[in-house]
Amino acid sequence: MKFASRLVSFDPAPGDRFRPICTPIYQTATFEQENTDSFGEYDYSRSGNPTRTVLEKHLAALENGTRGFCFSSGMAAISTVTRLLRTGDEILVDSDLYGGTCRLFSKVIDRYGITARYADARAPEQFERQITPHTKLIFVESPTNPLLRVIDLRRMAELAHAHGALLCVDNSSMSPYLQNPLDLGADIVLHSATKFLGGHHDVTAGVIVAKNEALAEQIYFLQNAEGSALGPFDSFLLLRGIKTLKLRIDCQQQNAQAIARFLASHKQIKQVYYPGLSESCDFDLQRSQARGPGSVFSFTTGSVEISKAIAEYAEFFHITVSFGSVTSSISLPGTMSHASVPAKLLAERNLPPDLARISIGIEDEEDLIADLDQAIQRATSR
Amino acid sequence: MSTYNLKDSTVAIHGGRTLDTHASSILFPLYQTSTFVHDAVGINKGFSYSRVSNPTVDALEKAIGALEATPPAVCFRTGMAAITTLLLSVLKTGDHAIISDVVYGGTMRLFREVLDHLGITASFVDTSDAANVEAAITPETRIVLIETPGNPTLKLTDIEAVSQVTRRHSILLAVDNTFLTPILQKPLELGADISILSTTKYIDGHNATVGGSIATRDEKLLERLCLIRKTLGTTQAPFEAWLTLQGIKTLPARLRLHCEGAEVIARWLETHPAVEYVLYPGLDSFPQKALAEKQQRAPGAMIAFELKAGAEAAIQALNSVQLCSRAESLGGLETLITHPSSTTHADVDPELRCRLGISDGLIRLSVGLEAPEDIIADLEQAFAAAVSGVATKEVCHEIR
Repeated sequence: MKFASRLVSFDPAPGDRFRPICTPIYQTATFEQENTDSFGEYDYSRSGNPTRTVLEKHLAALENGTRGFCFSSGMAAISTVTRLLRTGDEILVDSDLYGGTCRLFSKVIDRYGITARYADARAPEQFERQITPHTKLIFVESPTNPLLRVIDLRRMAELAHAHGALLCVDNSSMSPYLQNPLDLGADIVLHSATKFLGGHHDVTAGVIVAKNEALAEQIYFLQNAEGSALGPFDSFLLLRGIKTLKLRIDCQQQNAQAIARFLASHKQIKQVYYPGLSESCDFDLQRSQARGPGSVFSFTTGSVEISKAIAEYAEFFHITVSFGSVTSSISLPGTMSHASVPAKLLAERNLPPDLARISIGIEDEEDLIADLDQAIQRATSR
Repeated sequence: MSTYNLKDSTVAIHGGRTLDTHASSILFPLYQTSTFVHDAVGINKGFSYSRVSNPTVDALEKAIGALEATPPAVCFRTGMAAITTLLLSVLKTGDHAIISDVVYGGTMRLFREVLDHLGITASFVDTSDAANVEAAITPETRIVLIETPGNPTLKLTDIEAVSQVTRRHSILLAVDNTFLTPILQKPLELGADISILSTTKYIDGHNATVGGSIATRDEKLLERLCLIRKTLGTTQAPFEAWLTLQGIKTLPARLRLHCEGAEVIARWLETHPAVEYVLYPGLDSFPQKALAEKQQRAPGAMIAFELKAGAEAAIQALNSVQLCSRAESLGGLETLITHPSSTTHADVDPELRCRLGISDGLIRLSVGLEAPEDIIADLEQAFAAAVSGVATKEVCHEIR
């Protein structure tokens, strides 16, 4: 079955006698037991909920994994993965990553004696040298946020497995439609489903899909023990959003290609970071491991003031954190989504202060280009 | 409006309520959104991203804060997410916590299976005697977490007495107040630093959501909880917050009825020949009745009891109920009957369960809002079915 069909062809309500075409919302905290010593499939919604189960199975299938788990946020998913480690363990992380993940690694799990080491995963030899006997997990995003650097995921899987570590890939910027990290060798794939999977900015959610049953068991245990599972109503919204994943991304990518091309040739724009441009050094690698470049990219103007002004003058592009929605958005990572990255790391990462990240929606391509054109004009003629 | 002098039933409806200034809707809107548009780079109207904060969740936090007489509470995806986030906020590798020995099985599991891997240790002690708490304190102890009444045997802990100990040692005292809510017990007035609620239970009251909250007057701790919550992503969802916000309005009225029903049922159980013992803080036979009267405004609506005919009969009785629901959880409109040793406390070591009085014959009843006589009739037929199924003839005779 092709991906477009897989998105909508699944059992929405297994065993439901009314055979609804949409999954019912089981907005309930608890379930009656058949009798004291035989538990039904569900007993308590923190532990399991029928609406969430349909979603989790669907996502596991879309990511070609064994089992899927949905969480109250992408960060809850990431935090659960870090709980697979113990005091004394280390995580090796690519240095360009989302600010919230950085905060989790540098301000929370370090309190439990778990160390995160940062290195540039685009230089795999040097990256490998950072692996120690304590390294239990390699964590990368690809393309990265916000610099859109592409990491060779097959190579990362080889490195991790050669040293007895797990590879976890944050696939939020691609979605299962464009990239399946488990097929490239990763052990765990996770998503902020708030982004492309939900696609409408109406739900905050996270997803983990595990490659094997042993990992799945551990993740299930933690999801239940820490109480971080997604609620039924949000599960329903996500199930609904996923159905149009391909439609949305096809449109968003087409728009993104045209807009990136427009910006790349604009004399006021210094650089465009987008693996979808044929001149990008990541173009071939991206094509070798993903089915498209996505619809999030960044650009610089040479001036923080100009980048800020473009964000403020652009009318279709709302200034928000987050990305992947049907509505276009723009942000300045240095002051917004990545504000929590420690200054030292920020400097090491060479995150340009004038970097603007845009997420392209499904508005009309011409409207978006005209809007950016007027915003750039106003911003540069101040 | 200042809610300082209002009665609880008024506070439940109006306390800390956020007005909808946009359309003057009587109910605060459901902001089912993940993100918010900024006016300009770095300038927003107080909300940026729903994992960090959301107006509907914020409205719930203010309402719970009004009930707790604290600044706005911090709300979480589940009660366990609240406890996890609190502990990860205040404990680091090498730190130690003291926990009531009679406590929800999930809290025990969190320490034994999750925090243990991070080098955090815990002592489970009988906190009903404050001297035990003092004796368990080490230089590494950072927090004492008590549950009173404890789940499921309803063992009480004297909050004031323990708070004197924790204060002397500059340790935080957190009280899981899920069984009573701030309407029936005010841990912060009794000296605790932190009040924890599984809002899944009485606060929502309709078995419609899962959620948790933490209230404290410690502004620094509040700030830290918000930081760790946004980092761990354990924030409550807007839809659940909206439902809970409606549930709170009837909390005092529901609790009054819950307690009335529980009292009638507990008294009936106590006189029933098939019943070995009943634990209910409102009964004269309850060993800590004086403490219940001192720190609680009412005995609550949770009852624990055992049948004379033993564990097998208890299971038969549970399997024979028709009106009561066999389900985990508590505090909803429906009467729930639970077998703690195989459900809520299944993850606790059997030997330890036995020592804590959580026998295989123990039955926990969360009294709902059905007519007490109907619940009594249901229990009566369930006991009859159970006893005729397993017990000796003499016991059957005794019942008749």
